[in-house]
Amino acid sequence: MTGPVLELSGIRKTFGGVTAIEDFSLEIFPGEIVALVGDNGAGKSTLIKIVSGVHPPSAGSIALDGQPVVMSNATMARMLGIEVVYQDLALADQQAVYMNLFLGREPLTALGLLDRRRMIAETEKLVKELDVRIPSAHAAIRDLSGGQRQGVAIARATHWASKLILLDEPTAALGVAETARVEEIVRSLKKRNIGVLIISHSLDQVFRLSDRICVLRRGKQIGVRDTKATDKNEIIAMITGLKQG
Amino acid sequence: MSNADLAAPSLLSRINLQRYVVYIGFLAIFLFFAIVLRDSGFLTVRNLSNIVLQTAPVTIMAIGLVFVMSAGEIDLSIGSIVAVSALAAAVTIGQYGMVAGIIAGLGAGFVIGLINGFLVAYVKLPSFLVTLATLGLFAGVSRSMTDLRSIPVTDSLFTGIFGSGSLFGIPSLIWWTVIAIAIAHIVFRETRFGAHVLATGDNARAAAVCGISVPRIRLAVLTLSGVIAGLAGLLYAGRLQAAKYTLGETDLMTVIAAVIVGGTLLNGGKGSIVGALVGSLMMGMLNNGLILMGLSVSDQMIVRGFIILAAVAVSLREKNR
Repeated sequence: MTGPVLELSGIRKTFGGVTAIEDFSLEIFPGEIVALVGDNGAGKSTLIKIVSGVHPPSAGSIALDGQPVVMSNATMARMLGIEVVYQDLALADQQAVYMNLFLGREPLTALGLLDRRRMIAETEKLVKELDVRIPSAHAAIRDLSGGQRQGVAIARATHWASKLILLDEPTAALGVAETARVEEIVRSLKKRNIGVLIISHSLDQVFRLSDRICVLRRGKQIGVRDTKATDKNEIIAMITGLKQG
Repeated sequence: MSNADLAAPSLLSRINLQRYVVYIGFLAIFLFFAIVLRDSGFLTVRNLSNIVLQTAPVTIMAIGLVFVMSAGEIDLSIGSIVAVSALAAAVTIGQYGMVAGIIAGLGAGFVIGLINGFLVAYVKLPSFLVTLATLGLFAGVSRSMTDLRSIPVTDSLFTGIFGSGSLFGIPSLIWWTVIAIAIAHIVFRETRFGAHVLATGDNARAAAVCGISVPRIRLAVLTLSGVIAGLAGLLYAGRLQAAKYTLGETDLMTVIAAVIVGGTLLNGGKGSIVGALVGSLMMGMLNNGLILMGLSVSDQMIVRGFIILAAVAVSLREKNR
């Protein structure tokens, strides 16, 4: 039994006098999908920003594979193996799929030039493994459908994440069939032995995908449930405040 | 998802009209003049090579603008930089010799580009307004530098290297064009810097999220544009064997047209160095042909204005598709 890939303990975040997150603790194990749910303003995005290094926590500690880490910016979090898939994708629309996959981390040849061959080969391999169905690694992002774009964004995160992927509403803008496709891709991440933390407004999706569900309400951690041992009524009660812990 | 879904968007929409429009346009204009002006000397080797020589400074400036526009910015100040750099070089050569003159010319471009870049990247002012202001500011500086006087450049080595000389029978201005285009093409297409310039112009937030320093890219492209405009200033001074505040003054429209016709998007994210070269040659050919056809200067300006309108229309159509 391996230890948790991510361990948050006693995380607190205040902005000025306002407390956005108080006393949040959570462990995510490799190969596990944990869903983070809560109403608007519950602090889900703040939490994602803390884990991805954008906001340092005001108190509490973060450990990766048991090692305590202090992340002062997003670049550091990426170097530690944490990747985020944003709601609005963060893809460069006119560039090719393979350029997006390696954006900011392009491999170079011995001459110091872009190693396109390697980028293309690795893109094709990854896209095949994840079964992201795109016409070609050369296709420009803007020529892809919404689901294909999200597939590329997840593929990019998968390529670089050695520990943890954070998914912020990955299917918010997608139709039914595309959502199903992206869910399949997310599910396939379990095999890669990385932790996944997903934010979603769709409880149906949360129950389809996650192993555990963590509920936030007004910055407070209401509780964590095994998905199999709970039901929607209980989660809704926790989200709305009808049930405490 | 079925295979039919994967074929979308349709093949037709993926045929990239804009990528080829500059070559088609170039050929069309060339053929037009070749036929219409067949008795006026358009097709002579002397005239055609003259076109290339005359467009050299515009081609060089266009290189800088490809980087700037691909990063989603604009540099309107290049014309003023040309004049300041040429004058700085001419004055310095007269007093301290050629090497000091080259350093002064390129240095002037570097400093003005750095000012543009700093204001855009770190003070976060729009490049359109910043470079509009420095366009006016340095147009004034170039006028006051020598009290509107023209400064002769008599250093024959300098005028040989940057103007009338030749190497292996090929005029130096053609060497400059070919070498600058080749280096710029490789930097733009095959290096991390080029990729990051495109990503910044395409989606600055995505670039930042991926760890690219967007302000540094903006500073770099505008500084580069300044240095390159400085080089164009040296080429003008070398070819005309003199520098004057009017140098480069009317080039801005031609340079922008060359770059846009060449397939670089006004809003960033896409650009082409080779396209800009062909665009620049096309503008030069147009000038040359219109003169040979006997059009007045004012008519030439009108025709060029229409060409730019058409180019911008194609460019924006492409972006919004």
